[in-house]
Amino acid sequence: MTNVNVNSVAKTYGTTPVLTDISTDFPEGSFTSLLGPSGSGKTTLLRIIAGFIRPDEGIVSIGGRDVTHVPVWGRNIGMMFQSYALFPHMTIAQNVAFGLGRRGIHGAEARKQVDAALEMVHLPGFADRMPKQLSGGQQQRVALARAMVIKPSVLLLDEPLSALDRRLRQEMQVELLRIQRESGLTTIFVTHDQEEALTLSDKVAILDKGRIVQIGDPETVYEKPLTRFAAEFLGDSNFLKGKVESGAVRLADGTVVHAAGTLPADGAQATLAVRPEKMFVAKDPSPGNRLTARITTVIYAGQALSYILETADGMQVKLFAQNRDGNVLKQGETVVLGWSADHTVAVAD
Amino acid sequence: MRSDAILNDAARGSSDPRQRRPIPAWVATTALLLPTYGWLTLAVLLPLLTMFVFSFMSATPMGKTPIVFTLKHYRAFIDQPYLINIAWTSLVIGFWTTLLCAVFGFLAAVALARATVGRMRETLLVLLLLPFWTNGLVRVFSWTMVLRENGFLDGVVDMVLPDIGSISFLYTRYAVVLGLVHGYLPYMILTCYIALSTIDDAIIEAAASLGARWWTILLRILLPLAAPGLISGAVLTFVPVIGSFMEPRILGGKVGVTMGTVIEDQFTQAFNWPLGAALSFTLLAVVLAIFATFSGVLRRGTTA
Repeated sequence: MTNVNVNSVAKTYGTTPVLTDISTDFPEGSFTSLLGPSGSGKTTLLRIIAGFIRPDEGIVSIGGRDVTHVPVWGRNIGMMFQSYALFPHMTIAQNVAFGLGRRGIHGAEARKQVDAALEMVHLPGFADRMPKQLSGGQQQRVALARAMVIKPSVLLLDEPLSALDRRLRQEMQVELLRIQRESGLTTIFVTHDQEEALTLSDKVAILDKGRIVQIGDPETVYEKPLTRFAAEFLGDSNFLKGKVESGAVRLADGTVVHAAGTLPADGAQATLAVRPEKMFVAKDPSPGNRLTARITTVIYAGQALSYILETADGMQVKLFAQNRDGNVLKQGETVVLGWSADHTVAVAD
Repeated sequence: MRSDAILNDAARGSSDPRQRRPIPAWVATTALLLPTYGWLTLAVLLPLLTMFVFSFMSATPMGKTPIVFTLKHYRAFIDQPYLINIAWTSLVIGFWTTLLCAVFGFLAAVALARATVGRMRETLLVLLLLPFWTNGLVRVFSWTMVLRENGFLDGVVDMVLPDIGSISFLYTRYAVVLGLVHGYLPYMILTCYIALSTIDDAIIEAAASLGARWWTILLRILLPLAAPGLISGAVLTFVPVIGSFMEPRILGGKVGVTMGTVIEDQFTQAFNWPLGAALSFTLLAVVLAIFATFSGVLRRGTTA
């Protein structure tokens, strides 16, 4: 059992609260992304779990063992850093063997495990090279091998892929996911790249101002955001504000919009979130929501088209479309937007 | 129209006489180095050359004695074997001073590099450098106040352990090493600190995450990565310490006879400049020989 549990953890620097009352469980074998803007506390949370920062309050436990007061070296964690953090004066083999040496594993046994770890990250034969002789992607693979070879209880990743270029990053994502699945290691991954978070993890936690605003599987967090921040930070959203009226929301211009899920009581203000790619230009009358708007900006990006539209009362709406038939709508055109009530979610401000 | 204008602009630009031509690289390099090399030639190289010439003269060229070319000063170590003992003393003092500076300086530099809270680092740095804003002679003399019999050190010891008597060690080699360590420690601290401050924090954190405790991090990570700083600090300490004469004379008294004091005596007391010069160049040769012997180690340390 090597789940990671964080119980009402709080951290304040000076008078600035960085984390407020964080309680969450990272189940065994799960891959959780901590996603949030800089200053949201995601890195602080990871560093508290790693043991580099001691929380002011709360309990951190790894595999049921309270490690709140255990120093970093006693926590048996595997960690990857954005800057790779390989030891520059050691060969690749010495780098990977470092953690084994700390566990009293030396000589032939260590060499065997180092070779297996380098094999795992597809770098056999690199043992005698120096870190400087490797590319960024290769260095990060070595860092992964170094973290995995000690058979850690938990793998902590501090934006390990952000220093790599796009193609390498995608390669490493696949690699990371494969190794994580094979090892069944509980993994916590800090990133500000939302696409990366959605692709890799089976749980996404969105942090804002030191709190976890939403945690769940990627699909739920994306399709059913709970707050305006979550809807805006993960992907793009259109927000429609209005008053609740007999199970629907009436916007300022009188349009009635239906939403999935529960709405606040009649008469209350509500904000609805709709993903721009869920909207379409409605040709003939079909069931669902409607909104009339004029196109103000056309962004042509080859396969994808983005439009920015404005309703009669000045509300801005984004529309993402696939360039399916080569017909690009013109700026200044007035169109009717349609979308399904299922794709309309009430969010908290 | 527009493309025409651009063309015209480009044409005008290239033929404009006011257009600055790039200065050739060698001119720039020469111009940048000239002040330093000029100064060094005038202030160091020429006097040094004069001294080198002096070292082959039979007498100081300021009296009435006729000057003849001689190599006898370079035979001083053979003619006066006691000089070998003195040179050995100098090397031993240099060795211990450098070693102690390396140990203390490295640890102090680690403390400096790790001090990140508020203005702690600046404060510590100023505290380390503060004594060096005073005159060197005053600093050495103040050590005699501390180390002499019934000095400050004895006073403090007497307060804590009244029965132990005097532990004064003024006029011993320990006192000389102590004074020299004091004098050259900042060079070691600064060179180590510069080397340590380039180490990425993540490297230290990675080591800790792999199970390394502080002493492992210190010996296996920080020490090898700071080796270039340690080595340049050691060179900066060892070379002047070998030739030092102020600290040995004031703190060593009778036992404080080193190559530095012998050479100084030739210039100030014995008025035998040629011998002083010859001894200086012999010492220089010894230092160079030592560095040549260890150059392999030094080079490996600075490129790692």
